[in-house]
Amino acid sequence: MNKQKVAKYFGWKLIRFIVLMVAVAIFSFVLLDLSPIDPVNAYLHGTAVSEAQRAILEQYFGTNTPMTEKIFHWLMDLIRGDLGTSLIFRRPVIDVIIEKFTVSFVLMAISWIVSGVLGFALGVVAGKNKGTWIDKAVKVYCYAIQSAPSFWVGMLILMVFSVYLGWFPIGFGVPIGVRSTDATFMEWAVRLVLPTLTLSLVGLAPIAMYTRNELTQVLSSDYVLFAKSRGEKGWDLVKDHGIRNILLPAITLQFLSFSELFGGAVLVEQVFSYPGIGQTAVAAGLQNDVPLFLGIVIISAIFVFVGNLLADISYYFIDPRIKENEFND
Amino acid sequence: MIRKKANEREQWFLYRANLRTKTLVVIGLSALIIISIFISGYFIRDIPTNFVNANQMPSLEHLFGTDWMGRDMFQRTISGLGLSLMVGFIASAVSTLISIILGLFSSFNRFADEAVAGIIDLFGSIPHILLIILISIMFGGGVLGVVMGVGLTHWTPLARVLRSEVKEIKTKEYISLAENLGKSKVWIAVKHLFPLIISQIIVGVILMFPHAIMHEAAITFLGFGLPPHEPAIGVILAESMNYLSSGYWWLAFYPGMSLLLVVLLFDLIGENVEKLLNPETAQS
Repeated sequence: MNKQKVAKYFGWKLIRFIVLMVAVAIFSFVLLDLSPIDPVNAYLHGTAVSEAQRAILEQYFGTNTPMTEKIFHWLMDLIRGDLGTSLIFRRPVIDVIIEKFTVSFVLMAISWIVSGVLGFALGVVAGKNKGTWIDKAVKVYCYAIQSAPSFWVGMLILMVFSVYLGWFPIGFGVPIGVRSTDATFMEWAVRLVLPTLTLSLVGLAPIAMYTRNELTQVLSSDYVLFAKSRGEKGWDLVKDHGIRNILLPAITLQFLSFSELFGGAVLVEQVFSYPGIGQTAVAAGLQNDVPLFLGIVIISAIFVFVGNLLADISYYFIDPRIKENEFND
Repeated sequence: MIRKKANEREQWFLYRANLRTKTLVVIGLSALIIISIFISGYFIRDIPTNFVNANQMPSLEHLFGTDWMGRDMFQRTISGLGLSLMVGFIASAVSTLISIILGLFSSFNRFADEAVAGIIDLFGSIPHILLIILISIMFGGGVLGVVMGVGLTHWTPLARVLRSEVKEIKTKEYISLAENLGKSKVWIAVKHLFPLIISQIIVGVILMFPHAIMHEAAITFLGFGLPPHEPAIGVILAESMNYLSSGYWWLAFYPGMSLLLVVLLFDLIGENVEKLLNPETAQS
């Protein structure tokens, strides 16, 4: 592969990434700056202070500096990796985010893989048996789950498995009274099951529908007709002519779903009180913790960008049909 | 739609009907259900509390059961759905307006087109739910925050469609003719471009609607926006979270189910309208 072109490709991506991040940073900062949140009040949590102390705090937070200057300071701090101090946790935002994001990442990664594999498998089965009851069942399921709010699905699962069957505890990342660092692997794993199940069940619908539609299209094409006339049939036919064609776009689609995955995690974590980045984002938003919320917005934007980049790479690098010269697009 | 390819000659319900009639009937029925929910939701105020009947299982008297204050859950659900629909309506209107303006604006010149693409990218780069929270915080929360948060974030898919549509129309000869005749960009956008994208807009709006309602429910569920005494569907579901461990399943199940049905109805309408408006499928 031509090294120069690869370098050029990644160079462009890097520039795009930087521009986008700066835009996201400025955009989210301006939005929160325009909001009626008063940083001094948010910091004090309603504690009574004298006028003089308030003036000192206002000086410290720079409430009266012009917006351009504030944006400039924010960008400079961002470049140095200083996201400020969280008002809820009273710790540097970057530490909070790293801690919570790793917890969420486990949840998101597992459900991403499970939903991808399961969705693809269901799509293939439905597409291969087009028009049968199994196809209809998959279709009805996908329609229903795409129209259902994901947090409601989570609530139903919680109700069935935790309340009625009593197989799993209701919420919390670790048992009460145990520090998250002391919890054993099993204690973690048990509490991961239901959120992962919910996210996977919700996330598999788009990929299953896509795979099904693509596969039925492929199976009605001329070359499949030709293959059939040559005597290929059954699973081998689907494997050789169908799956080869649809696997790559399906993987790309799955990489593009990072944004929905994150959104789903926010809601599902709230339902299962799973102490991840989503729950932290909601807490930060509700309690006016502006630095933490901004930090989470930036991190999530990076997360989504990485997903899109991986989708691009999977498209350009894995697909043998795309020639090298089509790369500097 | 789930059921497809019914033979046209077949008896359909009461009389023979072609695809066009069937589509219209489906659209009409779905719209009727949604409008009736909306109107009855508007009229349900002050659901009587009755602590004797608190936490009743669903029965014929109380279809969806009762909550901890003995209020009928069916009434609460309908009124919540009505509120959600209203928020959805306003939010979709805002979103549609934005996407039309941006779509037409992208026709002005290359720079405008790039700018529109950039804004779409920017809005797409933050997870949707975080973006809604961000904007609703900016408007100070409350009903306005929810409406604006949902309304200002749902225009991206439609704007993308309109932009590519406009790009295609702009290559046509009559556009360059109008330019040569000295017509202004705005005149061309309003007279030549806008009428051609109306069908896209209609379909886009109807398909935008269910997303708006779902996100509205999600964000009120998380606690942003509507206060507890405004029983939007998200608020009802958030409340029922507290009673899950007591085993009051009907508090969560039925409101969510009704929301699902409303969303499905909108999808149904959207697909059928698209079928009617698309010249390839309208005649079959």
